[in-house]
Amino acid sequence: MREFRFFPLSTFRLPGFVPAVTRRLPQWPPAVALTVALNAMIRLGVLPKENLDPLEGRTFLVEVLDAGSRISFAFRNGAFFPAASGMPDLIFRANLSAFLRLVARRDDPDTLFFNRELFVEGDTELGLVVKNTLDAIEWPKIPEFAAWPIVRCRV
Amino acid sequence: MEHYRIPELVCPAGGLPALKAAVDNGADAVYFGCKNETNARNFAGLNFTRETMSEGIAYAHARGRRALMAINTFPVPGRENDWREAIDSASGLGVDAVLLADIGLLDYAHEHYPELSLHLSVQGSATSHEAINFIHREFGIKRVVLPRVLTLAQVAQIIRNTPVEVEVFGFGSLCVMNEGRCWLSSYATGESPNTAGACSPAKFVKWEKSPGWMSTRLNGILIDRYTDDERAGYPALCKGRFEVNGETYYALEEPVSLNVLEILPDIVKTGVSAIKVEGRQRSPAYVALVTRILRAALDALGRDIAGFRIDPAWRADLARISEGAQITLGAYNRPWR
Ligand code: SF4
Repeated sequence: MREFRFFPLSTFRLPGFVPAVTRRLPQWPPAVALTVALNAMIRLGVLPKENLDPLEGRTFLVEVLDAGSRISFAFRNGAFFPAASGMPDLIFRANLSAFLRLVARRDDPDTLFFNRELFVEGDTELGLVVKNTLDAIEWPKIPEFAAWPIVRCRV
Repeated sequence: MEHYRIPELVCPAGGLPALKAAVDNGADAVYFGCKNETNARNFAGLNFTRETMSEGIAYAHARGRRALMAINTFPVPGRENDWREAIDSASGLGVDAVLLADIGLLDYAHEHYPELSLHLSVQGSATSHEAINFIHREFGIKRVVLPRVLTLAQVAQIIRNTPVEVEVFGFGSLCVMNEGRCWLSSYATGESPNTAGACSPAKFVKWEKSPGWMSTRLNGILIDRYTDDERAGYPALCKGRFEVNGETYYALEEPVSLNVLEILPDIVKTGVSAIKVEGRQRSPAYVALVTRILRAALDALGRDIAGFRIDPAWRADLARISEGAQITLGAYNRPWR
């Protein structure tokens, strides 16, 4: 299986001043980039449409702890949209390095969870659907242009 | 130099990427299930459709590996057909064997598909050679997966007394009480592994984070509470901390994971036919890592069993990806009989 190797993925933590800076930035640009990438993945058939039905009408919050950035998005009528902050159905919280290791399949979500590097709150079954949907993706099918926004929007 | 037959390495696949990860990293066989209650890992979003299954089987076969399908839950009365259909499709798809637990299904498969290899699943809970030989005589099973409740000496004794191939667990989370026959999960949620195909289904699980703590609840019942530096585990009732006579502790079982690396040479010497990795609910990254390490260990044993040394990196990697605080040899080295 081919792995993504954008840069070496070890455990690291962003410097403490980063959250103070990013908290002043609007949360929209990363949310826009992420949802554009996710929607591109649906169109390409990388994210299997039928697996996404359980996500309909649900809102998500991804919080990158050491970057101080929060990305809220929702899934409605078969597509992802940036969402205004409110009470999300599911929250993922982790430091940037943990998210990167997750997406690169260097670590699995359970490992990060057992090691207390990934926090999941809200609807646990929805969390499991998201995890299993991610696990079912055959990454090598994703062309670079769709993968790039995912990589770039993380901070 | 002593030479022993190196057991088949049987690895879990909850989806196509995990199946490919297992095959690419050296699994001799992969096992998987359909997207329904017919298997004991019936989790939302997990498992195979007919299309992905047929692609997975082709992938394994093209590389000379075997594909095993788990149909290892007990049929719900009145809906037996769902389980029979799973067996029909297993035969149609050309799997190398099916893993069954229910006697009625063993009978159905044996009668309708005499060519199909049958393995008695761990859920079948056969722990003595008498039980195994009975199932063998009646339904012609080729292999038995032993429950994780036997000592190594008991495993060896079974192997000496049965013509059936023996498969044992080598790595993964432990279900400590009688392999899913326990009713703890049903007590809390109304669903248990052998009825709904999952212990402690996710829809009943809640993680609550508060400063300094994380609490886990199963259908409202507090199962455990972790400080920020404690490792976490799945919220199965058996692995919870409970107050008994004024003391709060793991009253039923510690949340530990099985890892047989330390006794792998002894396991091989008993003559087991296969070693199984638990974890169809885990991601491709887990499957890839565990498979790669066990492949390396088994290959090393095949070269020189007396000179076998555990690479410290194997130990560290396996500990990191395991559930709970510790890694154990499970029942294999228990002093009691
Ligand atoms: S509660 Fe524990 S022993 Fe019972 S089925 Fe679940 S994991 Fe197994």
